[in-house]
Amino acid sequence: MGKRKLTIRRKESIYGYIFIMPFIVGFFAFTAGPLLFSLAGSFTDYNITSRMDFVGVENYQSLIVDDGLFRTSLWNTIYYVAFSVPLTTLGAIFISALLNQDVPGIRVFRTLYYLPAVLSGVGVYLLWMQLLEPGTGMVNLLLGWVGIDGPNWLYDPDWTKPSLILMKLWSVGGSMLLYLASMQGVSRSLYEAAEIDGASRWRQFIHITIPMITPVIFFDVVTSLIGGFQIFQEAYIMSGNGEGGPANSLLFYNLYMWNQAFESFDMGYAMAMSWILFVIVFVLTLINLKLAPRWVHYEGEEK
Amino acid sequence: MAKTTDRSDYLTDSEKAESQSAVNTKPRYWEHRGNRNNMWRMLNFVLLAAGSLLILSPLWWMFATSLKTMAEVMSYPPSFFPESWEWSNYIRAWRAAPFTTYTINTITITTLVVIGSVLANSFIAYGFAKIPFRGKGIWFAIVLSTMMIPGFVTLIPQYVLFANLGWVNTYYPLIVPHFFGSAFYIFLLRQFYMTIPTELIEAAKIEGASHFYIWWKIGLPLTKPALATVAIFSFNGAWNDFLGPLLYLNDENLYTLQLGLAVFKGQLSTQWNYLMAGSLLVLLPVILLFFFFQKYFIQGINLSSGGK
Repeated sequence: MGKRKLTIRRKESIYGYIFIMPFIVGFFAFTAGPLLFSLAGSFTDYNITSRMDFVGVENYQSLIVDDGLFRTSLWNTIYYVAFSVPLTTLGAIFISALLNQDVPGIRVFRTLYYLPAVLSGVGVYLLWMQLLEPGTGMVNLLLGWVGIDGPNWLYDPDWTKPSLILMKLWSVGGSMLLYLASMQGVSRSLYEAAEIDGASRWRQFIHITIPMITPVIFFDVVTSLIGGFQIFQEAYIMSGNGEGGPANSLLFYNLYMWNQAFESFDMGYAMAMSWILFVIVFVLTLINLKLAPRWVHYEGEEK
Repeated sequence: MAKTTDRSDYLTDSEKAESQSAVNTKPRYWEHRGNRNNMWRMLNFVLLAAGSLLILSPLWWMFATSLKTMAEVMSYPPSFFPESWEWSNYIRAWRAAPFTTYTINTITITTLVVIGSVLANSFIAYGFAKIPFRGKGIWFAIVLSTMMIPGFVTLIPQYVLFANLGWVNTYYPLIVPHFFGSAFYIFLLRQFYMTIPTELIEAAKIEGASHFYIWWKIGLPLTKPALATVAIFSFNGAWNDFLGPLLYLNDENLYTLQLGLAVFKGQLSTQWNYLMAGSLLVLLPVILLFFFFQKYFIQGINLSSGGK
């Protein structure tokens, strides 16, 4: 009996590993192996064709000490993340609060607000390049209606990054749905109790809704930080196929890394760059996890 | 008759009316406040309606621009409605670049990516959800941790790998990795598998069915809604992928629609009517898919948030 049970368990184990085998193979081939290769490669002068000699920390040293463009690209990326993450988070919360009400046509509204989030790729970037054309685009036309003389957007180094942030704001619908689902999960009895105490709608929103959706805010902030640091495609297309835009104002971290790796074929240098980015993102995620208990509220937790 | 104690006898008329309405209309929490709340709802509606116009205006602008003559595109101030509707712009834009080839290429890649994603992730998720085995916890933690690795860290070494395999300028690098599962879909499908009672699988096992048979005959059909979500998300991802084709495809005969559009922009630069016509045609399948299968888009988002 005991022996038979053991063989069944072993058989199950073998089955289990057969089923997850594609993931295990893929993990070693496409994630773990490449990670190790790139860590080792970041200490070499690898250029994909001829050489791969150990150069110690030379790549890291020249990046941090000598490379002005590296600093520009890091600054551009931090600027983009620092504005786009809070703005998209607040925007998504605001819209989902409006969509969490019982008004006529609410289902249609939800669909429309979500639509831009599923649209992505080059078509969308070209559309925004046209919308942001200073003289003939729609954005400055609309701004003109309310008496604002619109800027030169993608032609003005001070306005290129706000251009991309504006485009990003158009598609907040994805995280908006997350917030909406979470808001609908908030127990109505909480609002009823607050109502009896005479709390205004604004106070109810601040003291009930917001605390109850903090787990989703946390998830959204963590994932959009990771995503924000990796901005590439929109910058590549909208800066004229990777050139970095006026005064390098759209030279984001990954765009610079791309040019180092696949234009100059300085792969060791580019892999060192990728590890610096990895460490930055990892540290920020750790800080987020550390700070989370101070403001993220999980239901069922002691208060 | 006299003996039946009707509770309403003890209530005043107004209280009676209130309890009646409570049963019939189920008041929402905001309905206690009457007029002030109606004002809020009006404001809410107006804000949403104005916002909808703003959200939709870029799409309308794309459509309108695609129908304008070049003279009208360049005229100032620009207009929201084309003077003459130049439908021939679409034909001209389509013929200005080998878009038919790009479309066939894109459909080929996308189809294979969707098949790979659906089969591989479902297979892996079944293992994580329905088979007990040692080390499962660790491997699932590894699955989740791969979600936190920025894709750009593995981009260069992956290129080196595929270059050494001789896969540059082929579709293999764009398709093959999808047959090995990806963390987000594994997680999503596992969540869905967890809702299927284990007894069902136990019963099939007693009948002598192997796990392969159970996955194919019971697992796949029962998880259809979640598989639809995976299919739609991976369709969207493959259709809109620009980075992969940009990195791996050099031969123009192999180009996808995204890559083709970027080249098209390089050639036409300011021919906005053709550019918008081309962009709209490339976005159209996604827009249609969204309107027909909206349910599965939203389900994917809700499923993925449920487990946090």
